[in-house]
Amino acid sequence: MRVGRIIVSYLTAAAFLCMLWTCVAYIMELPIVPPPSRVLSRLVLVFFDSIAVHGAYSLFRIGAGLLMAVIIGYPLGVLMGYCRRVDRILSPFVYLTYPIPKIALLPILMLLTGIGELSKILMIFLIIVFQVVIAVRDGVRAIPSETYFPLRSLGASFGQILRHVIFPAVLPKFITAIRVAMATAVSVLFFTETFGTQYGMGYYIMDAWLRVNYLDMYAGIVTLSAMGLSLFGLIDCFEHFTCHWQER
Amino acid sequence: MEDSIKIENLTVRYDDRSHKRDMNTILNQFSLTVPKGTVCAIIGPSGCGKSTLLKVVAGLIQSSFGVVRFGDKPINPKNFRIGFMPQNYGLLPWKSVHDNILLGCQIKGIAKSRRADMRSLCERLHIETLLDRYPHELSGGQQQRVSLARVFLLSPDVLLMDEPFSALDAITRDAMQEVFLDLWRGQSITTLLVTHYVEEALYLGDRIVIMPERYTDAITIIDNPLARDKAQRMGQKFFSMSCALRKKIIQMRSRS
Repeated sequence: MRVGRIIVSYLTAAAFLCMLWTCVAYIMELPIVPPPSRVLSRLVLVFFDSIAVHGAYSLFRIGAGLLMAVIIGYPLGVLMGYCRRVDRILSPFVYLTYPIPKIALLPILMLLTGIGELSKILMIFLIIVFQVVIAVRDGVRAIPSETYFPLRSLGASFGQILRHVIFPAVLPKFITAIRVAMATAVSVLFFTETFGTQYGMGYYIMDAWLRVNYLDMYAGIVTLSAMGLSLFGLIDCFEHFTCHWQER
Repeated sequence: MEDSIKIENLTVRYDDRSHKRDMNTILNQFSLTVPKGTVCAIIGPSGCGKSTLLKVVAGLIQSSFGVVRFGDKPINPKNFRIGFMPQNYGLLPWKSVHDNILLGCQIKGIAKSRRADMRSLCERLHIETLLDRYPHELSGGQQQRVSLARVFLLSPDVLLMDEPFSALDAITRDAMQEVFLDLWRGQSITTLLVTHYVEEALYLGDRIVIMPERYTDAITIIDNPLARDKAQRMGQKFFSMSCALRKKIIQMRSRS
């Protein structure tokens, strides 16, 4: 019932955007702005032959970068939120390195790790990890000390406190951080994929552009947008199942 | 005395740099014995250290001097089952009522053997239909019942209650006191109860401890013959005792 309503709202938004696009296309009548109907029929035609593999590469890079960021950032954030001393030592490092535009590090990363997969995954990792660390740290800090009382008075171990209090309390903030980071990650991924690879949505779109094949280019953009949408949808689903105590 | 709570020469100081003094004393050389199977009600003005006292007994504050014993061993959350009921009921918002009730037993590793008891306990507390709900969906009285279920399911060695009924309206409070007593009579847990209601202290506590506003003054301990005597609750004796108790509290306050 609820899921149905969400799908309808997304379809409405997509239909509205398509309508707007159609209007612009017909007003401008330029090959660089083809109408969505032609783009979509082209997409159906080339999706399995060429776009799918590029999409899979991009998804793999995002997934690997995200996984790495969570594996390293989550425990670090918990540690910083839970122990003041660790926070005092590590915060300056985080605050000094967080504002550096990570894309500026791309040439260095490429020199150090080569132009293969690793540099692209590391780039996404670098973008997401800081947001995870800060969101988790602030989430842990925001837990009122009384929340721990019932467990501590029972002699709960740190593992039990982690499982029953810290993990569920931080989850909403953690999910929000992933959601915000995901959008940045997708746009940066596009940029990194224009160098040193022949796979990925970034490569596919730029390649179509250079070949002046605007239909392919738009098909790629639509796929990238759909990929973003599915990632957000996945995060929303995850939130729905794990944080339903928050819904009123 | 066996299995009583013995607090001996307890001193608690907070590190308080904002006051430009290095230490801020909350409790000083505080001693008290709660005999086995009795309820000790602690009453006193806010900031007198009554909640701090409970936290020390619960093992939540370690930076204290003096000893708290249960029986002949120093009290420790790892070795004893301590039922702690904070003012806000201490329910975790992300756990359903069912999981919240089982939490205490889960931590102690006895959840499986208590499932049958849990059912009868919930029926007794009339919360058996709420098990799938979350705490924020419950009224204050219902949350209180859930919190009671959690504590009593654990059948703790010691029960510590920090103003457990003060967030409830007067009628619900009276009802919850009866619910509490009904459960308490079944297990006769040695209990420390902090309250700021004179009538509550009189109705529930075998002993009433009046804490002074300043830690330098002495505490007053009163034995209460009217504890848990429902017949007396509306009677003349109860009323005159509560007046006397009030007078005592006011006297202690004006002295400091």
